[in-house]
Amino acid sequence: MKIGVITYPGTLDDRDAQRAIRLAGGTPVPLWHADDDLKKVDAVVLPGGFSYGDYLRCGAIAAQAPATKEVIRLAGQGLPVLGICNGFQILVESHLLPGGLIRNEKQHFVCKDQKLRVENNETAWTNMFEKDEEILIPLKNGEGGYIASDETLKMLEAENLITFRYLDGNPNGSLNDIAGLTNKRGNVVGLMPHPEHAVEPGFGPDTKTAMRSGIDGLKFFQSVLQQVVNA
Amino acid sequence: MPKIIVEIMPKQDLLDPQGKAVANSLHRSGREDISAVRIGKRIELHFDREITDKDLEEAKTQAANFLSNDVIEDVVAVTKED
Repeated sequence: MKIGVITYPGTLDDRDAQRAIRLAGGTPVPLWHADDDLKKVDAVVLPGGFSYGDYLRCGAIAAQAPATKEVIRLAGQGLPVLGICNGFQILVESHLLPGGLIRNEKQHFVCKDQKLRVENNETAWTNMFEKDEEILIPLKNGEGGYIASDETLKMLEAENLITFRYLDGNPNGSLNDIAGLTNKRGNVVGLMPHPEHAVEPGFGPDTKTAMRSGIDGLKFFQSVLQQVVNA
Repeated sequence: MPKIIVEIMPKQDLLDPQGKAVANSLHRSGREDISAVRIGKRIELHFDREITDKDLEEAKTQAANFLSNDVIEDVVAVTKED
């Protein structure tokens, strides 16, 4: 099972995403932003970082890259796509997901372990979770405030497209506590927090059981492997 | 140098944290009469030749689709300067 990870100039977390895919049992395939060949992968991850220096707007220039154009085309045919942090920003700039992301309400860069509630467990990237499951994964962003028009928010709520909501406080001013979204088909998921940093005991968030034992992020990658097997 | 100037502002109903921080600073330095500050962008597209009407039309399309994001910003003006 091949899962591509696109590296843009300024991407940070591509290697972590590749490692997460490996730990979940998949084969990571490095992809390059300037190459429109996605190497016949079964799914794609747009990782976190600061693509093109966040110039113009976060994710705006990456949304124009040849590899992204191909992702947009194949997402329309059902290719599972996960956008993490800057990857989420790229997905909204690509119009694969609605709305926009602006500077955190309180101006500061936020870096912490963040509790989330899984609102929709019927997507390609969340089918291994229970509905309303509470998970803990790292959050680290400066521009993570999710906004959208009232009309879009109503649509997202009515069609159950909000995939994750922040719990125990909203870290960045996101409307309706939105941490992540999916599209109607459920193949595209974007979120600000970082599942790929919570996949291996000893390197994840602290939990009640033990220090750094949190591996809630692993299920994202196991979900897509499950989805691809069933497809 | 001939250029096309694109001016972009954050949407009116959107919190502009940059503008708010500058406004607070101005208030601290005694200018409480300035009720608000909003900060936008000016983008210049330079040409080594004369700008045609078609260039301007294309710049308007680029301004709407790429240079700005209509979820969070408004294109205020796209103008030509010789």
